[in-house]
Amino acid sequence: MRHTWIVLLIAVAIIGLSLPGCSGKGKNDQAADQAAPQELTIFSWWTAGGEADGLNELIKLFEAKNPNAKVVNAAVAGGAGTNAKAVLKTRMLGGDAPGTFQVHGGAELIDTWVKAQYMASITALFNEDNLGSKFPAQLLDMVSSNGLIYAVPANIHRSNNLWYNVKIFQDNGIEVPKTLDEWLAACAKLKQAGITPIALASRNSWPVTHLFENLLVAVGGVDFYNDLFAGKIAWDDPKVMQALSTLEKLVAYANTDHSTLTWDQACGLVSQGKAAMTVMGDWAKGFFLSQGQKPGVEFGAAPTPGTVGTFIVVTDTFGLPAKAPNPELTIEFLRVVASIEGQVNFNLKKGSIPARIDVPTDRFDEVAKANMADFAANQLVPSCAHGSATNENFVIALNNQLNVFVNGDEVDKTATALEAAAKDSGLRGE
Amino acid sequence: MKESGRERWLSLLLLAPSFLLVLLFVYGFISWSGYISMSAWRGLVPDYTFVGLKQYASLLQQPRFIQDLINTGLFTALFLVGNLFFGLLLAVLLDRKLRGETFFRNLFLFPMSISFVVTGTIWMWVFNPSSGLNVFFSALGFDTSNWLWIVDKRMALFCVVMAAVWQMTGFTMAQYLAGLRGISDDIREAARIDGASETQIFTHILLPQLLPVTVGAIVILGHISLKIFDLIFVMTGGGPAQRTDVPGIYMFETTFRGDFFARGAAIGIFMLLMVAVLIVPYLIYSHRMDK
Repeated sequence: MRHTWIVLLIAVAIIGLSLPGCSGKGKNDQAADQAAPQELTIFSWWTAGGEADGLNELIKLFEAKNPNAKVVNAAVAGGAGTNAKAVLKTRMLGGDAPGTFQVHGGAELIDTWVKAQYMASITALFNEDNLGSKFPAQLLDMVSSNGLIYAVPANIHRSNNLWYNVKIFQDNGIEVPKTLDEWLAACAKLKQAGITPIALASRNSWPVTHLFENLLVAVGGVDFYNDLFAGKIAWDDPKVMQALSTLEKLVAYANTDHSTLTWDQACGLVSQGKAAMTVMGDWAKGFFLSQGQKPGVEFGAAPTPGTVGTFIVVTDTFGLPAKAPNPELTIEFLRVVASIEGQVNFNLKKGSIPARIDVPTDRFDEVAKANMADFAANQLVPSCAHGSATNENFVIALNNQLNVFVNGDEVDKTATALEAAAKDSGLRGE
Repeated sequence: MKESGRERWLSLLLLAPSFLLVLLFVYGFISWSGYISMSAWRGLVPDYTFVGLKQYASLLQQPRFIQDLINTGLFTALFLVGNLFFGLLLAVLLDRKLRGETFFRNLFLFPMSISFVVTGTIWMWVFNPSSGLNVFFSALGFDTSNWLWIVDKRMALFCVVMAAVWQMTGFTMAQYLAGLRGISDDIREAARIDGASETQIFTHILLPQLLPVTVGAIVILGHISLKIFDLIFVMTGGGPAQRTDVPGIYMFETTFRGDFFARGAAIGIFMLLMVAVLIVPYLIYSHRMDK
């Protein structure tokens, strides 16, 4: 008799202890119901360095204007946001949307979230504060769908930047190349002098895609690039193959251990004088500065040869989730992000440039000023390597195929494979 | 009679919670994955339209997946052969009842306690052509400029196999050591008296007796290598030119970055079937043994 009761007790205890594990969503729902009425959760992957500092500037400005509101900084660590994006999807699909979240403008925002109806339009905010004229029209296109605006761009990063070692250029009499031909000629000259012309990092695959998108613009121009990513041009088009051949030539001029390097290690080769040039987004500036180098003195920045007059855009934006718990607070935060003060303070710390084109430029360094001038004047195209131009499945396939290519594959095989991947991922309508 | 009825009822009751949990969290989730793998779900809006085996068909047309299967086959074969060979070698060497046996046994067993992530990171540094083994070899006078190890798309998989074998050899060694200890000395003495050489004792007496150990080791090592993810993800990320890519990495990228849930589920079910091909015959074999 006693045995029975003990066993029953243990069985009930096991069932009872395992039940809370089954109702995972319940806990979140309860938390949302009990969320303070004045709480704003900001979700991002800015957990360290200048990025975290920049975010804190925005939070400070917001808290100054809304003293009764409490900000929860829900940043998730993990390079390029791979972890954060996965956590965000879990939350949004589970109905536990944060107040606002960081998302790249373009395909990442529109195709992933807006088309799935997870975002609410903020066109009203833009109209109220007259923001429509303060951002370039091409940029607003990247955060709009069907004529409605869905996010405020917080910053702009430039993808088509060439970074070079000033001393190597001076010692070898190299002028900053402006066209592809000049670039290849400079590479040949440097190679003859025994210097590695290009620093490349292919360990994480995306830096190669980054270089390739620069080459697509250089070889085909802006209209070609836009049509290609709208699915109107096949990926085995001769111009794509030309871009691939150019990539092949540049890889021949690059360091042979590119398979082990990350993008900052490639920049390190340039800063240490072991290589002459590298193509990387303007976040590379932060790396060179952290090595104690100064722009124009030890390192220099210029538009990627062949893309002068074009600005390949990477933009971080914040929007309003349809199920955000306190939408009025979110709108206030977006107001801060869109304000001149917010744009300046945030970008000074983060190392990017403001998305607004009417901010005072005096506090920014010369590399930033040059990029800001280009941003206001150049033709803008969305970056594909950083989630703006096309869906993520194609970017994954592109990253992989280009990795195979730079490790010794042929141009036409790669182009055919890219066209197949474009069809498979839905970029080229099936 | 009444006592044994109550005892059986009590046993069932005690097993019930675990049984229900396994039924839900293992078999329930597997069934759900199977269902999703036959749907058209792509993107963040669930789409449960039934499409039959279309995802599997399209998966087998992906060159990346075919390369993954080749890589997994090659990795599994090399991993098993390496482990069994070195495990047996170490076990035979340690079976001599030497003085330092415990020390060496622990030394060889230790790598198994490290996580695959740590192993992967360290071996990545070791095989880095500019800062790893090559530094050591060039100090010895070799010309290491063409030794690209983990950067070389032909060598990368072997580097990964070396790291994995290093990690798991201790486990195989421990299994074989236990197996060898289980063979009584009397048999070996009897064989020696009959005039058998040490090699003949090894091949005709010890090895056959070790067959159950070998089969058990193959099953455990096999299912680890078919599902491997973290070691390769950390060490090469899928490797130069996809030469170390495996289905686990493909599934992770396509599901959690590409939001292509139906394809990710199809890859998962595929991996399950690969492991089942290994495990199910073993279960039948051991069930028959019990009878």
